Amino acid sequence: MDKIRLENVTYRYDVGTPFEQTALEDVTLSIEAGKITGIIGHTGSGKSTMMKLLNGLDSPTEGKVYLDGACINATKKEWLAQGLEDEKYKDLPKNAKKKAILKDYADFHKNLCFRVGLVMQYPEYQLFEETVAKDIAFGPRNMGLSEEEIAKRVKEAAAFTGVSEDLFEKSPFDLSGGQKRRVALSGVIAMRPEVLVLDEPAAGLDPRGRNNVFESIVDYRNKTGSTIVIVSHSMEDMAKYCDRVVVMNHAKVAMVGERKEVFAHVRELAGMGLDIPEITRLAELLLAKGLPLTDAIYTVEEAREALLAVWKGGGDK
Amino acid sequence: MKETFIKTEELSFSYQAQTENEKIPAVKNLSVEITSGEYVAILGHNGSGKSTFAKLLNLILEPVSGKLFVDGKERTGELTEAELLELRRSVGMVFQNPDNQLVATLVEEDVAFGPENLGYPREELRTRVDEALATVGMTEYKDYEPHKLSGGQKQRVAIAGVLAMKPRCIIFDESTAMLDPSGRQEVLSTIRRLNREEGITIINITHYMNEAAEADRILVINDGELLLDGTPDEVFSKRDLLLSVGLEVPQSAELVFRLKEAGIDLPTDALSSPEKCAEAIAKAYFAQCKGGRGNG
Repeated sequence: MDKIRLENVTYRYDVGTPFEQTALEDVTLSIEAGKITGIIGHTGSGKSTMMKLLNGLDSPTEGKVYLDGACINATKKEWLAQGLEDEKYKDLPKNAKKKAILKDYADFHKNLCFRVGLVMQYPEYQLFEETVAKDIAFGPRNMGLSEEEIAKRVKEAAAFTGVSEDLFEKSPFDLSGGQKRRVALSGVIAMRPEVLVLDEPAAGLDPRGRNNVFESIVDYRNKTGSTIVIVSHSMEDMAKYCDRVVVMNHAKVAMVGERKEVFAHVRELAGMGLDIPEITRLAELLLAKGLPLTDAIYTVEEAREALLAVWKGGGDK
Repeated sequence: MKETFIKTEELSFSYQAQTENEKIPAVKNLSVEITSGEYVAILGHNGSGKSTFAKLLNLILEPVSGKLFVDGKERTGELTEAELLELRRSVGMVFQNPDNQLVATLVEEDVAFGPENLGYPREELRTRVDEALATVGMTEYKDYEPHKLSGGQKQRVAIAGVLAMKPRCIIFDESTAMLDPSGRQEVLSTIRRLNREEGITIINITHYMNEAAEADRILVINDGELLLDGTPDEVFSKRDLLLSVGLEVPQSAELVFRLKEAGIDLPTDALSSPEKCAEAIAKAYFAQCKGGRGNG
């Protein structure tokens, strides 16, 4: 099922000036519900622009963006026109019908940024509260939740990302880089978004920090069934954690599919300025040396299994 | 025959905590010697003290105790303004965020910023800027506005700005962390060239294991102390120790260790590149095939 759908989306910067630039051109794309979708592409390929369209932070120049079938960038007029056709309101008297539709329109937009949570690059630069707990509580508080519910959400979100409750009363500015990142991520998770969109969530972190961040994201998806969209340059991380992959190239979708399908075109990806995972290069070297590897290999675990399989049979040849 | 360029003796540093009135030690009695012309990578988890250590090497931070020697001269204790300038000139630094380091409106003005402040005559300035831009391959962008450049290009301009000071050593503080793969490659190949062709001593602080593998030597810092000091082959042979301090080995090396754990006999003393790992795996594979059909 589609959680988010982009239909014929075009985005241009500085329209009508000499600096006009097309960041997205006629992009049609579905983000499947409950899946982890990775968006990869070189700098300037349009992936960050796309991210901002997913929760209405910005609107496309042309085309439509849908969340659960409802158009995010519909004008009030369009929304109303469509609502009048909708079965949902058909039993209401004419006046009440219009009111109900417009109320739904207002609610939809009010809740959009809570339903689709955006985690920008280096989100720890946006920490600002006096204590860790207050910072995580900022989102839920804006949602107008009760103090009791807020406290519950803060605890829950901190547990997801591994922020220890001992840190709750500390200043976020006294934490290490990895801890700050987890606090910032908790702040978005505390809103319990149905869609969590992250831009380079592990940039600048050490290996353990990277793994922790990705594992908390996977854990959040597994426990809540939320839809995850990760924008990243790291092919190694994408190969390890994503179900589906979208490859952006020059403002267009160059490839989309299950992880295996997309990574099978690893050489083409390299031609688009993307990295080939080191383990894939190793597998190619082994193949060149005459080892009978067949399956495409994109993660260390896959390489291990493939080698152990041929190793057992090796003596019989 | 190569002489020591940087030497630290029991260097220490502590930060002041924001909320509590306590000192947080970041670097503890660190003693290291770096040879002139060496390419050294520094690894360590976030908060290990590796960046702090690097900032002590050109006194952006002042050590609490211990001694620093650069080019044979002690640089700790009371320094004159001229001595401090000399140190900063000879040990340059490139930081992580390309957007925080460029100050001028044109690329060449930005590169000229350092030497201009040192009061060099116009012609000398021109030569230095042209040479620096040529070295990083950015000559054709000299009239560009820095904000129109890609991340990798911005970092190369930042490097040119340091080069225009004619440094003996450049410290890269996670300078590729915010770049995309092609930007990273641009910066890495620039670093390699500066080291091999210009003989500049390189200290590269990084979280990328495969980047560290390019260096002659790796220092691993943990909790402000020196944990490991050796060639990439030596350091990556200690995978479990690296894992225990929040680091890892490159993917190819990790595979060798996992195969070993599955009972395959593989050497772990030369795993610093995919080529070396492929060599080791292939050798072991064909050795076990041999039994049945003579020469594998």
